Parts: sequence; structure tokens; C-alpha cells
Amino acid sequence: MAGPRPQLGAWQDPSAAPLVEIRNVTKTFGEHYAVDDVSLAIYPGEFFSLLGASGCGKTTLLRMLAGFEKPDKGSVLIGGEDVTAVPPYSRPVNMMFQSYALFPHLSVADNIAFGLRQDRVPRAEVNERVAEMLRLVRLDGYARRKPDQLSGGQRQRVALARALVKQPKLLLLDEPLGALDRKLREHTQFELVNLQERLGITFVMVTHDQEEAMTMSTRMAVMNEGRIRQIGTPAEIYEYPSNRFVAGFIGAVNQFEGRVTEQLDEGLTVHCESAGTDLRVHAQHEVAPGTPVAVVVRPEKVRIFAEQPPPCDNGLSGKVEEIAYLGDVSIYHVRVAGGVLIEAQLTNRARRAAAPLTWGDQAWVCWNADDAVALLE
Amino acid sequence: MPSPSSSKPAKPLHALRERLRLGRGTVAVVPLLWLGLFFGLPFLIIARISLSEVVIGLPPYSDLLSWAEDGMLQLRLNFANFMLLWQDSLYLDAFINSLRVAATATLICLLIGYPMALGITRVRESLRVPLLMLVILPFWTSFLIRIYAWIGILKGNGLINNLLLGLGLIDEPLALLHTDFAVYLGIVYAYLPFMVLPLYATLSRMDHSLLEAAADLGCRPLSAFWRVTVPLSLPGIVAGSLLVFVPAVGEFVVPDLLGGPDSLMIGKVLWTEFFNNRDWPVATAVAVALLALLVVPVLLFERFREKEQDA
Repeated sequence: MAGPRPQLGAWQDPSAAPLVEIRNVTKTFGEHYAVDDVSLAIYPGEFFSLLGASGCGKTTLLRMLAGFEKPDKGSVLIGGEDVTAVPPYSRPVNMMFQSYALFPHLSVADNIAFGLRQDRVPRAEVNERVAEMLRLVRLDGYARRKPDQLSGGQRQRVALARALVKQPKLLLLDEPLGALDRKLREHTQFELVNLQERLGITFVMVTHDQEEAMTMSTRMAVMNEGRIRQIGTPAEIYEYPSNRFVAGFIGAVNQFEGRVTEQLDEGLTVHCESAGTDLRVHAQHEVAPGTPVAVVVRPEKVRIFAEQPPPCDNGLSGKVEEIAYLGDVSIYHVRVAGGVLIEAQLTNRARRAAAPLTWGDQAWVCWNADDAVALLE
Repeated sequence: MPSPSSSKPAKPLHALRERLRLGRGTVAVVPLLWLGLFFGLPFLIIARISLSEVVIGLPPYSDLLSWAEDGMLQLRLNFANFMLLWQDSLYLDAFINSLRVAATATLICLLIGYPMALGITRVRESLRVPLLMLVILPFWTSFLIRIYAWIGILKGNGLINNLLLGLGLIDEPLALLHTDFAVYLGIVYAYLPFMVLPLYATLSRMDHSLLEAAADLGCRPLSAFWRVTVPLSLPGIVAGSLLVFVPAVGEFVVPDLLGGPDSLMIGKVLWTEFFNNRDWPVATAVAVALLALLVVPVLLFERFREKEQDA
């Protein structure tokens, strides 16, 4: 994990001008809606992620920013300028391709210099900026190598250097770490974030890896079937998913369908057949009694006890059906009276401190109303 | 310490590898035998004839080995044939003219074939195979018949002239047949597929995202073509050019049937020496010199390919 990032919060400032604006953009391929009426604003200095499963439209959206796809409807603005009809070679944007798309006939240095030579930058300056980029991505000794003489990680860094050397306002990254193995990927996540903070360039990244998006982004958009389902900081999206799709897509979740029975000052009471009881949950909005909602709570917010615990907001009892030991945490599946399986996560330090639980044991699970969210959508 | 069971599977694997190596050697023997039987041996015969003298008789050349009166075996090598090639300007002119015609035709093939090959890679998938089939389709008819067909199209009262006369665009037939133009037309027509196919092979392998990367870095389509597409298709350009150039240099049928009586090409000179003058030694000397001349570009190509693989 790259650790907590400084909260830039430009998106919260009403006077801030967005660097990228996507306005009601729609794109179809035949019958299929790749991007369906999407609007989005990205602010200078952000590390913004488009997260979703394959085919959700995130790559099409990124390619529209680069200029490789033209929206059927709507407009794309970069730096306040409408670039919807501007071809890729005239946009102040560079992209790092998923396949890296390094020119196989050119050396590392020539690959990086490609864009500068196209702009007729003087030779001395080209050499200087290429050398600087090589230092930045720690490939000093590799200038003369051809791309196929490099490892995957080195190629990825050449692609990054080539995209950064023109000092774009906006850098687009299409699954930048997708081709790297796990260990290298985690290390490179750090590097990318540090680089982005140092250079101050706005990054827009496409990824299908939620952990990657959570680690690296200032904000992210979760996409599904061509639509953005939620935009927010990683913490907002994890803690307060705004609909069932996002709640289920990001991380593991316990989800109970039910109907609101009453609204009190501190929250809602929801009757859930599957949990076999009424659940209390923190409420963000006013909800009329009788409205169907989903109550959602993360496994790590659910505490598990071998004996009846002191009363809490939501307490249920059941039988332990599964225990999965994952090293740092253990996951318990408890079947409660209503018939639903509740997942509870326990760090192994807590596990050793608590009374030992095993398969078939009676167990109590409970969580606070504030740790659960009620979803209307 | 490796357990005995872990070292066991290595042995059959080793044997298999050994057998494969042996098999590979056997496989290589077949083309070598073929090459020796149908290229090496005939070439030796040709080379041997080129070093003899003309005689009236059968065969129409002298023996290299003969018994002298004192019981000595004599080897007589006649280099006069090769000297003649150098001394008589006819042969040198024919060589140079052949190279010139072949080089020009190759260039024209490249200029026509490159857009064709590029076009085929850019159409949608389902259309590519039919288009490639169209490129190959002429091979379904004999080469000679196709060249005869061109005579019918180009001659004084042929297709083109009748059409133009009928439309009232010209008053008297154009002299199309038996011109240099007809020779170029014939060679380009005959060898264009040999240019298109290797070009298509390299161009279709090219990763389209490279062109997107070039555009992203500020290249307009034309400059992306020169900076990315052309350098990456260089192996195809070289292969296609050789496939056109090498046979075009020795081309006989096209200049003989479509060219004028004064269209001087080395293939035609060779034919004349062989069948009209019945001077086998000079004819074979021309053949040997031609082969030596054509080996140079092939060797250059090999060098280029090795460099490409090293890089």
C-alpha cells in the first residue's frame, strides 16, 4: 500500500476549474452501448482511476480522452477547450498503452525521443530531456537497447518515460501495471504515485484491479455497463457505497435485503427476513417506512464472539460453518437464525486473544449501526 | 542430493533430444539433396561447358580433358568465352539494360504493391482473404498464356486501340506492343504478386497500437507512415524487391513477346546464343555471369536479415 495520500480535495472546491470535463458522452459499437451518457470532471493534480470489469466502457472512455474514439453524443473538454473533434496528434495529452506499444525498430533513447523529434525540438534539448527521463525511470545504462532486449518492468518504464517526456497536461494510463507480476506491481504502484506527486501531472488510469485503484487514486469512478455507478475517494467508495453494485464490486460485503420499518434520529430500523431480525443502520437520507433497502456491512466491521457479548446495535447468533485462514486475517462464516450466511473477519492477533472458535460452534456476531449502510439503489 | 527417482526422467528426455537432433539432421538432408541434384549438378555442367570451345558436332563443345600424343592427360580451360562477355559491348550493354529494366520494374512494383498490401491489411477481416485470392488468381492461368493475352490487348488492332478508335479519341492505332512500355507492363504485371505477398505478410503482423502511439506522440498519419510503418515493413520491402528483381533480370519471355526487336535483355541474348548461334560455351558463360551477378543482391539480403536478427 502506498499509504495515506494528501487530501487534495480540488473537487470539493466550487471555484476550482476542472482540467478534464466529460459532458453527457455516449458511444455505441453497433447495438452495444460502450459508454452511456457519462459526465465526469477531473481536476488538476488528481490521480483519477476508472475502475470496472472488462467491457464496462472504461477503456473506451480513456481512448476518448486520447482522441482515438469519437463520442456519438456529448463533448470532451481538456483545459476548458472543447477537444471532441481534435485528432490525437493535436491534443495536449499522452497515453501509456496497455501493451506499451514501444517501437520495436527504435532504441530505448529513440523511443523516448520520438515525440520530441516530431515536434522539431532542437537536438541538444532532445538529448538532455531524454537523459533526464532515463534517470527519472532509472534506465540510465539502457539507452542503446532495443525494446525486445528489456524485461517487462523495464519496458513499462520506457513506455512511461516516452509518455512523460513531452510534459503533457494529462497522462492517460491504460492498465499500466497489468503485464507485471504481483511483486513488481506493488513496488511500481509506489513509484507511479510518487512520480505523479513530484511532477504534478494529472493522471487518469484505467484498471480492473480494485486494490490498485484504491491504493493509487485520489478519486475513482466505478463503472458498469457503460455507466459510472459512483465517483469518490477510495475511502468514500469503500465506506459509503451508494448502490448495491458498488458495494458488491469493491471488497467483500454482507448484504441483507429488507424494508424500512421506522426512521429514528440516529438511523433506520430495517426488517430483514434473511437475518431473522430487525437491523439498525445509520441513515444518510430520509427514507419513508416501507421502502425496500439493502443493508450492507463489511466483514471486518463484524465482530465475532464465542459467548454472548454485551448488547450492541445489531447482534445475531448462529453456527460457525467455515473458517478460512488467510495469514493476516481469518474469515468466519456464521449461519444465523434467518438462514443467511454472515461473513466476519478477525485479525489473527484478535483471534489469538479471543476464545477459540471452531466448526459447528455457537457464535455471536455483532456490529454498530454506524458501520452499516442502507442502500436504496 | 537429488533422489534417484528425480534423475530418471532426465534420461529419456535426453535420449529424445538426441533423437530430435538426429531427426533434424535427416530433415536437412532432403532439401540439400534436392539442391545438389537439381541446382548444384546442372550448374557444374553449365560451368564446365562455359570453359570449353565451340565445335561443329554433337555435342557442340569440346572436351576439357584430352589425351596428348605422349600419353599425357591434358586439361584445357577456355576462358575466351568470359573474355568475350567483357570485350564485346553487346553483352555488357545487355547486362546493364537488364539490370536497369529489372530495377525500374521492381520500383514500379513497390510503388503499386505497397498501397495494395497496406490496403488489404486495413479492410475488415472478412475481406482480406478474398482480396489476397484476387492477387494470386492470375497464377491459375499459365504465365505464357497471360503474356499472349497482353499481345491481344496491346497490338495495333487489339483491345485498347479498338476501344480508343471506337471512342474517337485517336485517329490511328497507338504503337503499344513491341515497346519498352510493353516490357515494363509485362514484367510489373507478372511479378506484382511477388511484391504484394511478402509486404502483406510483414504489414499484417504490425501492431496497430504502434500507429496509435505515434499519433499520441504528435505524428500526423503521413509522418507516422514514414516513421513507423515503413521502417517496420523493411524486411517485406527487401524480400518483395528481391523476389521481383532477381527473376526480372533474367526475364526472357516478356521482352521476347512484348518487347521490340531491339529490346536488349540478357535473357534474350542467352536464347539467341544458344538456339540461333548454337554457341553453347558463350551461352553458358552468359548464364554463369548472370548467376554470379544475381548472387550479390541475395547475399546482401542475407546480411541484412542477419543484422536484423542480431539487433
